[in-house]
Amino acid sequence: MLHGSGGRASSELIGSIFAKEFDNDVLNAMEDAAVVDGCKRIAMTTDSFVVTPLEFKGGDLGRLSVCGTVNDLLMRGAEPKYMTCGFILEVGADVELLKRLVHSMAACAAEAGVILVAGDTKVIEGTGGIYVNTTGVGFVDEGIDIAAANSKPDDLILVSGTMGDHHAAILSERMSIKNDIESDNAPLVEMVSKLKKIRTKDGECAVHTLRDVTRGGLGTVLSELAASSGCDFLIEEDKIPVSSAVRDFAGLLGLDPLYMGNEGKLVATVTRAEAPEALAAVRSSRYGENAAIIGEVQKPGNGGLVLRTGLGGLRRLGPLEGEGLPRIC
Amino acid sequence: MTLDQMKAYLQGYDGKEINIMEVCGSHTAAIAKNGIPGMLSPRIHLLSGPGCPVCVTPSAYVDKLIELADSGKVIVTFGDMIRIPGSKESLSEAKGRGIRVEMVYSPFDIISMAKAAADDEFVFAAVGFETTTPIYALLIEHLIKEEIKNVKLLTALKTMPGVIDHVMASGADIDGFIAPGHVSVVTGTGIYKPIAEKYSIPFGVSGFEGEQLLKALCGIVASVGRGVVHNFYHEAVRDEGNISANEIINRYFKEDDAMWRGMGIIPGSGRYLKEEYVSFDAGSFGLNDDEIKNKACRCSEVLMGKIKPMECPLFKKVCTPLSPQGACMVSEEGNCHSYLVNGRDDL
Repeated sequence: MLHGSGGRASSELIGSIFAKEFDNDVLNAMEDAAVVDGCKRIAMTTDSFVVTPLEFKGGDLGRLSVCGTVNDLLMRGAEPKYMTCGFILEVGADVELLKRLVHSMAACAAEAGVILVAGDTKVIEGTGGIYVNTTGVGFVDEGIDIAAANSKPDDLILVSGTMGDHHAAILSERMSIKNDIESDNAPLVEMVSKLKKIRTKDGECAVHTLRDVTRGGLGTVLSELAASSGCDFLIEEDKIPVSSAVRDFAGLLGLDPLYMGNEGKLVATVTRAEAPEALAAVRSSRYGENAAIIGEVQKPGNGGLVLRTGLGGLRRLGPLEGEGLPRIC
Repeated sequence: MTLDQMKAYLQGYDGKEINIMEVCGSHTAAIAKNGIPGMLSPRIHLLSGPGCPVCVTPSAYVDKLIELADSGKVIVTFGDMIRIPGSKESLSEAKGRGIRVEMVYSPFDIISMAKAAADDEFVFAAVGFETTTPIYALLIEHLIKEEIKNVKLLTALKTMPGVIDHVMASGADIDGFIAPGHVSVVTGTGIYKPIAEKYSIPFGVSGFEGEQLLKALCGIVASVGRGVVHNFYHEAVRDEGNISANEIINRYFKEDDAMWRGMGIIPGSGRYLKEEYVSFDAGSFGLNDDEIKNKACRCSEVLMGKIKPMECPLFKKVCTPLSPQGACMVSEEGNCHSYLVNGRDDL
């Protein structure tokens, strides 16, 4: 508890773990608030991360807490610039583990091009848990208007890679199931940067909507986008990328990969003419090699999502209901 | 027939209107996931039957689990069971006031739990059909071999043929059955023959892939009016079933009457631990009370194929997966849950 006192012990904790990893002029000044350069339109978001376990195959709490916030900024067409983090440590938290998490966080922030400009640490009673909140600020260029409601009839729907990896990785860890599935937690800076540059013949941004496919999975996210835009969405089961390992894992537990979360995948609606260019841009970006066009935005209608199944039938998809409990027979 | 020929046959069928019931919850889920209802002629109707084990478990069973937990025992269960309504509360609701409930993916997880906490007493909520019963038999075998004394089973084990006969005898308008795949692996196909002949209706044993289901549907449609049993799942199902699975079931379990939620007691449709193993039983006999929390719930008619889920006044309004009023809305394989989540019959 001493480390949360605000006195010398707190300074030591901050100095030895946080300041060492997040070395920049703004943070080094150790002021009460960061003063940074701005721009005309900013995007801002915040998220708290309470994952168990703290380290998992392919990632950890530190990396996850950067990816989640950075990707949320990117999905509004912003360029991520600044980030803050607030750690809540329970008494008994493993200091070596904390160092690894902070190191991983710093490495991911560097990869994403964001500067951590402010931070806070609190220590509470408990049993060694570690939680973190991150807030991010990004700059939005003039003329960029990427939003959930903007999908238009005849747009094509693109996903940046395989579905369900993070969900399957975390669940495998929790259930002590041995497999090679890794979390996909990743900052999607490069692919969004490339996507934003694609223009229609009229000079408009070809990407209308971006959304990261996190909790609730593709089914939930696309249901929300369809409802926001008021258009019907049709997707093709055969075209949705799912790794064979995740497919097998989901089959075993009675889960549906369409409703399993990711932490480094996006879905985009893009003008039909520019969709091949967008697909190539994502595939040539880091974390985008398995991208695919999976369907289309149809005429304005009920704002519903329909899946054409591999067999050729149609299935209406809605947002995830409940938690998707495993089946018993 | 090729896949395209099967699709064309089922789409183009223009004979008399027919109702085909799938009895297995996994088939219910697979039919919805493949979007099969919309691929059929408007003259072919699919109905879901009483094949989701937690959906047919009466309230007295849930109440008994809670009573055991209230007396200090640790309840170990599959996920679906925890949200099934009892007469007053579900396990999940009771967990909120402090009872101990652990969710597992395999009944064998209880062995390590029991070894790690020798002073605690554990009760496994052993619910299921012929498919899961051999696993519980194996569990008992392990408990005996390893001399584990702090584990008991509260069983609600049921068998298929009796309930299918019950559905037909109650006057349901059904022209054919998709026979359950996993159950048939254990039982073989012979168990359906007496019912097929008694009511002159075809059975098709099917796998769980979309194409396998279409094949079974084609076979059933072509055989309407005839008391035949077709096996379209040869890769897994033998006519005689799995003999060693049946041997181990019969070693530990005996047949007796069982209470089915919303349907009443069906003679000989349950399995209970034999007298010599009753020390492993946590009180499974006579759990026959079946109180419905919401009196407007029509789960029983849904399970019998008399109405479709959307004909229930509670469906999608009061009764949702987040607030299930009846058991059929809880499990992924419950009829109402499957219809709601997949918008079945909506396209």
